[in-house]
Amino acid sequence: MKGIRSIEKLKVKNKPVKKNINRLTKKEGLRVFKDADLLDLGHMADDVRKSLHPEGIVTFIVDRNINYTNICINRCRFCAFWKDEGDPEAYLLSKNELFRKIEETINLGGTQILIQGGLHPRLDITYYINLLHEIKSRFNINIHGFSPPEICYIADRSHLTIRETLTLLKDAGLDSVPGGGAEILSDRVREIISPRKIKSGRWLKVMEEAHRLGMRTTATMMFGSIEKPEDIIEHLDAVRSLQDKTGGFTAFIPWSFQPGNTELSQQTKVIRHKLGKHSSHITPHASRIYPATAVEYLRVLALSRLYLDNIKNIQASWVTQGLKLAQVALRFGANDFGSTMIEENVVASTGVSYRVSKEDIVKAIKDAGFRPAQRDTYYKIIRYF
Amino acid sequence: MLVKIRDRVFSGKRVSRDEALELFKSDDIFSLGALASSVAEKKNGKKVSFIRNRHVTPTNICVNRCRFCAFSRSKGEEGAFELTLEEILKRIRALNSHLKTISEVHIVGGLHPDWPFEYYLEMLLEIKRKFPEIHIKAFTAVEVDYMSRISGLSLEETFIVLKKHGLDLMPGGGAEIFDSRIRSRLCPEKISGERWLKVIETAHRSGIKTNATMLYGHIENYEHRVEHLFRLRELQDITGGFQAFIPLSYHPKGTEIGGFYSSGIDDLKTIAVSRIVLDNFPHITAYWIMLGEKISQLALHFGASDLSGTVIEEKITHSAGALSGESMTPEQLIYLIKRAGKIPVERDSFYRKVKSEK
Repeated sequence: MKGIRSIEKLKVKNKPVKKNINRLTKKEGLRVFKDADLLDLGHMADDVRKSLHPEGIVTFIVDRNINYTNICINRCRFCAFWKDEGDPEAYLLSKNELFRKIEETINLGGTQILIQGGLHPRLDITYYINLLHEIKSRFNINIHGFSPPEICYIADRSHLTIRETLTLLKDAGLDSVPGGGAEILSDRVREIISPRKIKSGRWLKVMEEAHRLGMRTTATMMFGSIEKPEDIIEHLDAVRSLQDKTGGFTAFIPWSFQPGNTELSQQTKVIRHKLGKHSSHITPHASRIYPATAVEYLRVLALSRLYLDNIKNIQASWVTQGLKLAQVALRFGANDFGSTMIEENVVASTGVSYRVSKEDIVKAIKDAGFRPAQRDTYYKIIRYF
Repeated sequence: MLVKIRDRVFSGKRVSRDEALELFKSDDIFSLGALASSVAEKKNGKKVSFIRNRHVTPTNICVNRCRFCAFSRSKGEEGAFELTLEEILKRIRALNSHLKTISEVHIVGGLHPDWPFEYYLEMLLEIKRKFPEIHIKAFTAVEVDYMSRISGLSLEETFIVLKKHGLDLMPGGGAEIFDSRIRSRLCPEKISGERWLKVIETAHRSGIKTNATMLYGHIENYEHRVEHLFRLRELQDITGGFQAFIPLSYHPKGTEIGGFYSSGIDDLKTIAVSRIVLDNFPHITAYWIMLGEKISQLALHFGASDLSGTVIEEKITHSAGALSGESMTPEQLIYLIKRAGKIPVERDSFYRKVKSEK
């Protein structure tokens, strides 16, 4: 197969460099993704991973996912976490609760908090600035916070530009920006799964501005809803192009849509009608969306490793895939196990929950044949296990 | 080295114990998977089978108290249960209407200290009488050995009587790891590996097909696994009575020996090596109850050609912290198989095609 042969070249290259002439084109990427045998795809991704990370180290971070509010005006159809403001289950964490969570995190050896939440209609830039100031004055911890949809919402509500908003947040103590809210960077898909969420252009704009201000960010992709292979390539290509310009992404994190308790899984028929007859995740007999299978997860993961030659780290998502598949993912392109997740709420709200301890993660990495190491936000190793 | 083994396999030669060990020790899971897949495809093409079945566990009361088991109870202990014949029939009936037709009932339970042999015979007879179209896959070698002891019949006689009352085929449980030293630490009260093989050989000679299993990922090493596989291969050469080999990954929760889950990589490797070594077994089964649906699906690219069944109400693995659900619908199984790029085939107990899905 032609696509395979052309990426075979990647195997012998020591370090895929920026603007590598051997990098996959969109067309090649698509062909490899659609046609390559699963094990061939994995083998190639594994070779690329080995050349980028020859020491056989698999990293993870000890951090806590703090969702300061679940009130969200976006109401994305794939999300089971959001609540309306009047809902009895709606919440906004008090500052004291937040500080307590941070203190616990530090006591557990955590180096970062991932602080994200819904788009709350009553919070403005001053709330965030004060919050960041107060955290920084109390704790020595990396604040990895506010995904692009939140940043845009804060900017719009306060009539600021994205750049101004990011500058204010950074000066107040924001260290790095998580890559959430990217979903699929294809507006055709976004229009259906998250019509009120920012479009691809704005997501990329936030990341570009953050990088230009010297902040590092991650990039994510949520696949397995209603997208086509072309949309996945579109997404990877957008991330790769921006990385060529800025070099600000530390890692790429693909994860699969979890259909439990979401509007998207309940309204499959409506969505199908909107989409026409494609959308391969919907079986003809069942009016529901099935989650992406293990084979599809590994294919996307391996493709990401091959396509994103300018992003050093690819994360396995044990939170959505379970420890066993995450172990296998370490041979399909991933070199990082993500977070120990002292707390996780968003995926858990879909009914998927793989609760594991730091010891479980260390053991899982070892059993997969790698050396586990705790890292910080910037992928610097803190200690080996 | 893998290349050499691959060439031998391609030229129709069998792998040796040393080579099998080499395969287990190899880090090249991709070549291992590709080789196992080619062996599987030669036997079964891209077809992956599954069955509509249900499990019935008549009792968890067991005179053996294996150290790896979180399911068994002593009589009178909290959580102990024993089903009456009516309760067993009710479970099968409930399911039969729910799934339209199930084609097999899988019956495995503890070694009950008081139940007479006649109870098991009555069970078979009544199930057959009420559900003549359902195949009965029942009793591990360990249970049959126990029945022969409580009845005073020889193994041969026991099988003749069981068959007469409706036993169609046997599962492959109780094999664990044959090695006697491992066995003495794992399940000292259980019959020996030799005895297990003897019971199964007798079953095969009595015209009863069986499966074979191997419980791995606890305290054994690769050598023990290789020896286990070779004992099975040797017996299959003689009798040809095995239908499928089912590697069972150890589950640590609530067991006496504790420990950890096996790694996903080890699970896939074990499927692949089994497929390469057991060249005389028609099928390697990725038992999703044990492996989870994700690893089971991947196993279809590492040599497995069967996903077992809908199962319904699995009890034993779940008592030790199974990460899977207790049942899957045929639609879910078909979906997993198709998404792996394989062709789903619904089968009966004897691996005959029931209905093909596109």
